[in-house]
Amino acid sequence: MANENKIDKSQVKHVASLAKLEFDDADLGKFTTQLGEIMDLFNTLSEVDTDGVEPTFSVTDQFNTMREDVAVNSHQKDALLKNAPDTQDGYIRVPAIIDESEGAN
Amino acid sequence: MNYFDTDLTTLHTKLVNKEITSEQLTKETLATIKADNEKLNAYITIDEDAALATAKAVDEKGINADNLWAGIPIAIKDNIVTKGLKTTAASKMLADFNPIYDATVIEKLRANDVVIIGKTNMDEFAMGGSTETSYFKTTHNPWNLSKVPGGSSGGSATTVSAGGVLAALGTDTGGSIRQPASFTGVVGVKPTYGRVSRWGIIAFGSSLDQVGPFTRTVKDNAALLNIIAGHDDHDMTSSDKAVPDFTAGLDGSVKGMRVALPKEYLGEGVDENVKKAVLDAASTFKSLGATVDEVSLPHSKYGIAAYYIISSSEASSNLQRFDGIRYGYRAKDVKNLEDVYVRSRSEGFGNEVKRRIMLGTYSLSAGFYDAYFRKAAEVRTLMINDFKKVFEDHDFIIGPTAPTPAFGIGEDSNDPKKMYMNDVLTVPVNMAGLPGMSLPAGFSNDLPVGLQIIAKPFDEQTLYRAGYAFEQATDFHKATPEIGGDK
Repeated sequence: MANENKIDKSQVKHVASLAKLEFDDADLGKFTTQLGEIMDLFNTLSEVDTDGVEPTFSVTDQFNTMREDVAVNSHQKDALLKNAPDTQDGYIRVPAIIDESEGAN
Repeated sequence: MNYFDTDLTTLHTKLVNKEITSEQLTKETLATIKADNEKLNAYITIDEDAALATAKAVDEKGINADNLWAGIPIAIKDNIVTKGLKTTAASKMLADFNPIYDATVIEKLRANDVVIIGKTNMDEFAMGGSTETSYFKTTHNPWNLSKVPGGSSGGSATTVSAGGVLAALGTDTGGSIRQPASFTGVVGVKPTYGRVSRWGIIAFGSSLDQVGPFTRTVKDNAALLNIIAGHDDHDMTSSDKAVPDFTAGLDGSVKGMRVALPKEYLGEGVDENVKKAVLDAASTFKSLGATVDEVSLPHSKYGIAAYYIISSSEASSNLQRFDGIRYGYRAKDVKNLEDVYVRSRSEGFGNEVKRRIMLGTYSLSAGFYDAYFRKAAEVRTLMINDFKKVFEDHDFIIGPTAPTPAFGIGEDSNDPKKMYMNDVLTVPVNMAGLPGMSLPAGFSNDLPVGLQIIAKPFDEQTLYRAGYAFEQATDFHKATPEIGGDK
């Protein structure tokens, strides 16, 4: 029973790929153990009878606040680009989507 | 100098009467926090030039006698964005990030002529309870340098505790203001969800996050909440309820008030001296004319599991924005776009942040959503109902803030599950969106112990009334650590 939901290395690897993270083998082992322990804690929620209980996703008392659609704080392109890791001619520069070593050049 | 023997009203009067200028005050404050920072590591950035320029400008304009905060230096947790002042969230990911706008709370402070003195250390992206997950440095507890100050707002708590500043802002997602306030012997308040705008707070758990004040006294705390609270068009979860004067009604009386003491909050794992401090506090409230009843919050023990599922899920979503493209860290020598994402995130985030992202991604992933995220949201409803039931016939709840006093640096940092369990008494308040306070209530082995007070949604007035009455009836807030600037 206790091991029924135990997360294994291949699952951790899968979740890492969903989260756009990667781990080396040592870290993968460590994370698998730690996440397993925490998932055991998470699994204690199955003891709670929640039949017919509505979930709470937010406790705000505000709904659909509307405001005028007017632009503010415009003309800050230069300031914004200062935080970008790589820029060129007023644009953010990124590597090719496809591996450049596989390209036609 | 230090702020041990003064308070907001005293300092304000001196500023109005020109016994001291904001520039002098700021200079002395800078000298103290710079010297203390060698030992305490409370600050990531001390903004000397801008702080002095602001102070000078406030002096030239003249101290407004009706504005208590004019010319007073305040420290800000480093996950609250400040225009032109580096804001890192204590992460390598944002090590060089310079925001181009001010968070709403910062705008409000500036509008009140507050002097922003620097940005305080914290757990990376506010994930942690010890300030040890900071990419930059480990903050030391002023009461015992080998102990953690708590977290995640450990730097803000530390600088107030050490008398470096009169007040600081922190954020609290699962206890990140109250627990460090408890560990360092100061007053920390997490307001009701929606009381303070979250615009410009680097998001962690968006249904849980709130900004709140650290101070030495309850009254100063109320005065700071006065100027940061209120609706904000930029945060649609901020409430449009009227903001009362939280300092009104602080008369030391709790006569006839009904206090609840949940039996689950004094259960297994709670340090004996912490228990004693809370039971003594119950006696204090009784002696002041309140009644104290034992009550039950039966779903408390599921709070940690439900909280870590929800907060990690929200975090995994919020932190998707850190992709190495528009701002923040980008890995070097990347071959393609996928590489930018994966390597920048893997190199830019620390282990605790990665753990939360992994837990959240797992809890939200296909096939597990119902068993984890939805289940946790249902348990959240039950936790809210527990509180509602107690508040049907009680005005406020008391209990410990944390199960133990400050633990040793390095003691829990390799055991994430143990670290998470430290939050068992603070997370229910965030789950239910309630206001909560921690204030000094005793000592355990020469380390401060905090009393937690919890009130109904948007009833911070009762929180402050109760806190003030307790503070006036006791001497715990007068104790100060040996460290701190010379008098």
